[in-house]
Amino acid sequence: MAIRTDERVPLARQLVRAVPFPAGAGMARMLVERNFRSFRRTWSIIVSGFFEPVFFLFAMGVGIGAMVGDIDLGDGRTVPYGVFVAPALLASSAMNGAVFDSTTNVFFKLKYAKLYDSVLATPLGPRDVAVGEIGWALLRGLAYSGAFLAVAAAAGTVRSWWALAAVPAATLIGWAFASVGMASATYMRTWADFDWIQLAIMPMFLFSATFFPLTTYPDVLQWVVQATPLYHGVAMTRELMLGEITTAMAGHVAYLVAMGLVGTVWTAGRVERLLLR
Amino acid sequence: MKWGDVRTGEYLLPVLDAPLILARGLVKTFGDFVAVDGIDVEVRRGESFGFLGPNGAGKSSTMRMIGCVSPPSGGTLQVLGMDPATDGPRIRARLGVVPQRDSLDEELTVEENLWVYGRYFGLPRHVVRERARQLLEFAQLTDRADSVVEPLSGGMKRRLTIARGLVNEPEILLLDEPTTGLDPQARHVLWDRLFRLKREGVTLVLTTHYMDEAEQLCDRLVVMDRGRIVAEGSPRELIARHSTREVLELRFDADDHAQHLAGVDGIADRVEVLADRLLLYVRDGEAAHSEVVRRGLEPLSALVRRSTLEDVFLHLTGRSLVD
Amino acid sequence: MATTTTVALRARTAPPQVPGWRAVAEHWMRKYRRVWFGTAISSFLAPLLYLAGMGFGLGLLVDRASGGVGGVPYVVFIAPGVLASTAMQVGVGEASFSVMGGIKWDRIYHGMLATPLGPVDVVAGQLAFIAFRVLTSCAVFLAVAGLLGTVRSPWALAALAVATLCGVACAACSFAYAARLDNDRGLTLMFRFVITPMTLFAGTFFPIEQLPGWLQPVAWVTPLWHAVDACRSLVLGTATPGPVAGHVAYLGAWLVAGVWLAVRVLRRRMVV
Repeated sequence: MAIRTDERVPLARQLVRAVPFPAGAGMARMLVERNFRSFRRTWSIIVSGFFEPVFFLFAMGVGIGAMVGDIDLGDGRTVPYGVFVAPALLASSAMNGAVFDSTTNVFFKLKYAKLYDSVLATPLGPRDVAVGEIGWALLRGLAYSGAFLAVAAAAGTVRSWWALAAVPAATLIGWAFASVGMASATYMRTWADFDWIQLAIMPMFLFSATFFPLTTYPDVLQWVVQATPLYHGVAMTRELMLGEITTAMAGHVAYLVAMGLVGTVWTAGRVERLLLR
Repeated sequence: MKWGDVRTGEYLLPVLDAPLILARGLVKTFGDFVAVDGIDVEVRRGESFGFLGPNGAGKSSTMRMIGCVSPPSGGTLQVLGMDPATDGPRIRARLGVVPQRDSLDEELTVEENLWVYGRYFGLPRHVVRERARQLLEFAQLTDRADSVVEPLSGGMKRRLTIARGLVNEPEILLLDEPTTGLDPQARHVLWDRLFRLKREGVTLVLTTHYMDEAEQLCDRLVVMDRGRIVAEGSPRELIARHSTREVLELRFDADDHAQHLAGVDGIADRVEVLADRLLLYVRDGEAAHSEVVRRGLEPLSALVRRSTLEDVFLHLTGRSLVD
Repeated sequence: MATTTTVALRARTAPPQVPGWRAVAEHWMRKYRRVWFGTAISSFLAPLLYLAGMGFGLGLLVDRASGGVGGVPYVVFIAPGVLASTAMQVGVGEASFSVMGGIKWDRIYHGMLATPLGPVDVVAGQLAFIAFRVLTSCAVFLAVAGLLGTVRSPWALAALAVATLCGVACAACSFAYAARLDNDRGLTLMFRFVITPMTLFAGTFFPIEQLPGWLQPVAWVTPLWHAVDACRSLVLGTATPGPVAGHVAYLGAWLVAGVWLAVRVLRRRMVV
């Protein structure tokens, strides 16, 4: 999009508009704020979201860990199953939360609450809607991953201070999935269509080297697994939480950033088409 | 069925004349709140009966009691000669209900909604299919038969709800605010359909807070306010009894129209002061207007019209019906 | 339409030809026909993905480390657990948001109750439909699990019945709970704090003996554990009549309590 030279537009906003992806009219935070206000009514849902990965961590660590024993990481090191699985749960819960949040929220607001129609009657534009919703999903994700990391550390499944970087890493995963998820939500017609999102999410959750290492798969399947976004999310968080950073990290980050950018542009375009017809 | 069974004895002439709905001192309370405060109602076969009143007057609560989905808190109620408390299902089998808010299955098609509803009355499939076809025609929805309900317009959904209420060929059709929220054109289409039903002898019981609707559709009505009945009669009777033939509306350039009361003193039988105008209740509007002009009053506008139920309501309660 | 009154006189003399609950079940079947393809993912595919991912993937590690569970490969161990969990998930899934919708969103229960039907018909009809949903989902799962060689005994067919009983019992309880709620937040909380933990800790993926001692009695109370235990013994062919009968009786008690509560709650909510 072209750089506007309108003198009355503040410099910051001009800069924002110069960015080659739709970054909003700089007012996306209004929507985040609105969502935060409604948080007071829905806090129980938001707070409870934290427990799901914790239940999984407990089930995997305590229940299955005892039967699996130590896991070979493929580079000669072995770690207890809980240590292996905790980063994967962090990554996949970042994905689940972001997708759930962005899709159901957005679908509901588009279809029933007509929130966006009233939002768009104000100076906020479609880009603000996209950025605002995704931003809100990220804030929540940030809180979740911080809390989960604390629990994982208390359970003794964290091996390095690098693990702190897993929180922003989980946020990156959240952005990538929230943006694509929100764009998909704009295509939905009924709640039943959400099963299609499940169809994408569930196999990733189960097969992205989350519960067992990549080396368990035959060679061909390894390539398939490595093509999925969650695999990169899991691998990235695992490297951080184990404190073993490799050059592969750059690839993981690049994959997820690209996905987030594509999703954000796509969402903004969709919202614009749907709402400003 | 046994011949002469009183409870389903519509074959017996004396019973045929008995009221279809009979309420005496009917009360409905929700906790401390009294929604319906001891009303007496009689609805006879073939008539079109209305409950007129503002929101919260107790109309819907009354309708739900008649529809046997809300047990009365006091008084007696008989519908089709039966007691809703013990014979709810038998009564409901002979009622058609058009609730205030649509309860259509929005995931199903127009026609499927009629089918599933017909089955609730125990009708065999071939009967349901045949009636659905007729009802679609009646509701002018034949060409939308296969579309899913959700995207339909409000007027179409309302017509479908009415068609659905007729699937069991009911003796009484209960309509709770049938045209609320519809645009004028959709309302007229709906009224036309209800007229037809009336002509075919279906007993209509409806609630409304629209005057024009009550005047169009009701042979007889009660005016409700705060859970009580404040007047009863045909629209014409009510106007004759509680209002004058004509009304002269005067609008002045004034913040408080009460200051012009003295000026019009003696012209009308009765004067009502509204926020933006004076209403002069008179037998001859033109004559009253001449008198206003003769006295040198200078209203911004003057309008002569016939009295309506709105005026009746205003007179009875001191408040207007629609805020 | 010109003969409305005379037809009405004739129509109402005929006795109803369809029991109320059946008309309600037909309604849900008709709805299901429109969306079945979408739900096929969560009810048919998801359990198989779990069986594959957990059973064959994670199972490799489990079998390598501890030679399976209770003398059988891990995938054989979890197949009956996933069967019972699927039953619960499908059952509760069909008796949660749709119940709230029937009351608050598209309000179809209001339409039903304006007819001769009563709350008993509404509950029984929907549960009959749910029984069909649970049974078909579990049958598909069991058939595939059998093809994959994880079924050890023809008694697995009895496990199908037990799983269905569990699914309908859980559905009845979920119906009662959902019919009380004012908004769907409570449903999300139910899935997070009841359904997910049950799926994880009631013996589906690992024997409850692995749980800390204080948690084991909690697992015994859950209907799912009884279904898992009964299904597992039936599918593995190790069942003895006593325990299975006990599990079935326990699930039956949940079903009866759930139906009674659901009817009561629905009546209080709708007939006021």
